[in-house]
Amino acid sequence: MDGQARPMVGIVIVSHSSRLAEEVAALVREFGGANVPVAAAGGTDDGRLGTSLDKVITAVESVDQGAGVVLIPDLGSSVLTAKLVEEPGSVVIADVPLVEGAIAAAVTVGGGGSLPDVLSSAEEARTFRKL
Amino acid sequence: MDTSFFLAWIKEAATAVQAERDHLTQLDAAIGDADHGANLDRGFAAVRQVLADTPPQTPGAVLVQAGSALIRKVGGASGPLYGTAFRQMGRALGEAPEVTPADLVTALEAAQEGVQKLGGAAEGDKTLVDAFAPAVRALAQAVQDGANLEDALQTATAAAEEGARATVPLQARKGRASYLGPRSVGHKDPGAASTALIFAALRRAAGPA
Repeated sequence: MDGQARPMVGIVIVSHSSRLAEEVAALVREFGGANVPVAAAGGTDDGRLGTSLDKVITAVESVDQGAGVVLIPDLGSSVLTAKLVEEPGSVVIADVPLVEGAIAAAVTVGGGGSLPDVLSSAEEARTFRKL
Repeated sequence: MDTSFFLAWIKEAATAVQAERDHLTQLDAAIGDADHGANLDRGFAAVRQVLADTPPQTPGAVLVQAGSALIRKVGGASGPLYGTAFRQMGRALGEAPEVTPADLVTALEAAQEGVQKLGGAAEGDKTLVDAFAPAVRALAQAVQDGANLEDALQTATAAAEEGARATVPLQARKGRASYLGPRSVGHKDPGAASTALIFAALRRAAGPA
């Protein structure tokens, strides 16, 4: 260890609900470790249920360490807004269930995974069976 | 068509959305989350504010500013979708101070392409595309046939309204209504309904019927 931390992949939770996004982000820190860069972008600018482009952009900037960012949206306008900030190769959307996908991504980020690693582990969550 | 024509369109659209806000929300209450009218009204109010604060100098700038405000202020799926439509139209028009009917067709085709790329909907999925696509086709045909602007826009509006009515028997395959499966049948799609309003506003911007 040279003391110089390697950049980690960022995670942005995009939800219609501010509290849901915050709580999923808390789960990400719990499962991935406190140093996993994660930000919540939930609800509209004026506190309603919905999506805010500005919140998503701010969240992406806050977790971007140079290793890429994975956006994990819930559904509907969250997905469409995420698509507006997508940048192939650096800011990508994981098409996954919100909670399971976020946790899978968190664990891979915590283990030092690259952007493609994080995306593929998140996407494995889509077919993960609980029973 | 000049900058003031496009400002008039936006104003007509904002007025129509405000007048139909509760109706759009009722349509959305049946098969969605009952926010379409309120969201779109809030979005168009923001658009009018932005256009008043920073008056645009070209038709393209009117549409790009309007689209950006819709994306930022609506909060629901209609924000990114209509916002993308207006922005793509504006980009297609570039810096031109005057827009011909043929330019308008090209710009609306770019808008439709942008919406379909973002939302992934095709005609028949019970979305705003079911009103948008036939309206653009009808306008393109009328312009190609040499119709005057008022008549061409009247034809486009009629096609949008017919397209919106034709969503009633469809089962939704995109958007929130698709979660309802067969229960989405029998209701008009709110996005198709608001698209018809926006085309009717475009017709009115061209002058009295």
